[in-house]
Amino acid sequence: MKDSFFSKKNRRLITDPFDGQNPITVQVLGICSALAITVQLQQALIMALSVVVVMICGNMIVSLLRNVIPSRIRIIVQLVVVSALVVLVDLVLKAFLPDMSEKLSVFVGLIVSNCIIMGRLEAFALGNKLWPSFLDGLGNAIGYGWILLAVAFFREFLGSGKIFGYQIVPDGWYEAGGGFYLNNNLMILPPMALIVVGLIIWVQRSRNRELIEDN
Amino acid sequence: MEDLVNIFIKGVFIDNMIFAYFLGMCSYLAVSKTVDTAVGLGAAVIFVLGVTVPINYLLENYLLKEGSLSWLGSGYENLDLSYLSLIMFIAVIASMVQLVEMIIEKFSPSLYSSLGIFLPLIAVNCSILGGALFMQERQYSTIVEATSFALGSGVGWFLAIVAIAAIREKIRYSNVPGPLRGLGITFIITGLMGLGFMCFMGIKI
Repeated sequence: MKDSFFSKKNRRLITDPFDGQNPITVQVLGICSALAITVQLQQALIMALSVVVVMICGNMIVSLLRNVIPSRIRIIVQLVVVSALVVLVDLVLKAFLPDMSEKLSVFVGLIVSNCIIMGRLEAFALGNKLWPSFLDGLGNAIGYGWILLAVAFFREFLGSGKIFGYQIVPDGWYEAGGGFYLNNNLMILPPMALIVVGLIIWVQRSRNRELIEDN
Repeated sequence: MEDLVNIFIKGVFIDNMIFAYFLGMCSYLAVSKTVDTAVGLGAAVIFVLGVTVPINYLLENYLLKEGSLSWLGSGYENLDLSYLSLIMFIAVIASMVQLVEMIIEKFSPSLYSSLGIFLPLIAVNCSILGGALFMQERQYSTIVEATSFALGSGVGWFLAIVAIAAIREKIRYSNVPGPLRGLGITFIITGLMGLGFMCFMGIKI
């Protein structure tokens, strides 16, 4: 089977995960980290980038090794590949962005068991060649990343009136400046992440009716 | 003894894996359609946590932590291998899960057929690795304390998944708006349950 680099099939690998096959809202993969680090956009961005890197490299390595890995111990092999990559990302973050790495704490380590990565390795990289695996990794990591950023946008904007750490809501609106506005502190609490994701799913599925489940 | 009970209860309610840290959400959402399967997966999680956390505790304290290699004699006292901990932990978890799967398959086929499909899922259940990482972060002083923490978090996870499965079974008879059905409503209910569980926060036992 000969495919050109950007054949229709290959392009779908990148575009599908944005909407119809989104890892978070449709495949239900990688929820844990999506919820825990979406209080601020900046953290979410760093997390999304780390996942992009780990995902692409992991997919490519496993795809190269796919004919050598005995199926009985494939989970261990995949985990070792992924965790080596995660350790690299973790050390890089510690060296260049120490504050960020402090804030993300265990969650960088937990990329290892982020099911989106294992799920794609199992479902895709183990059975496909290098180039499609690369595209699949990229597509899914970006599909994951944009949900992360969307959730973080709402939580940071409504919860602390900021976007990327910059004040958006004018000071005059707050009570201290004689205004009426109050930040919605509920948005900062962890459970609100779940509710925001739930609402995103609601919006997505009412636009794309094919995704609706029967109870 | 009191300490152990406290650690256990803290793991079940206050530091609940799902409602306080969102660990193990993926399988929590995917396998909570009926109470029966939820009970199976929950039991498997308790079991795997209870086995892997003590093993990782030993690794951490006799191999990885700074100075933990001093039993090898002088010259090894200042060795700090903690950057390897992630790989070691995940290797232990993955191999234990596969081992447990083989043992159960051999000795209890009935348990295997009811649990079997969930076991490989557990290797990538974030709550297991999360348990190991929290154990490392909180520095429990004995292996018994670490085990009681592991069992506590396992039971907390079990309770959470059984509760959501029961709610989802009931909600099948309600008229949920179409686009919200299935995943969406589950997210929102979990969020509300999480808000409820927040009342345990800050309680000191």
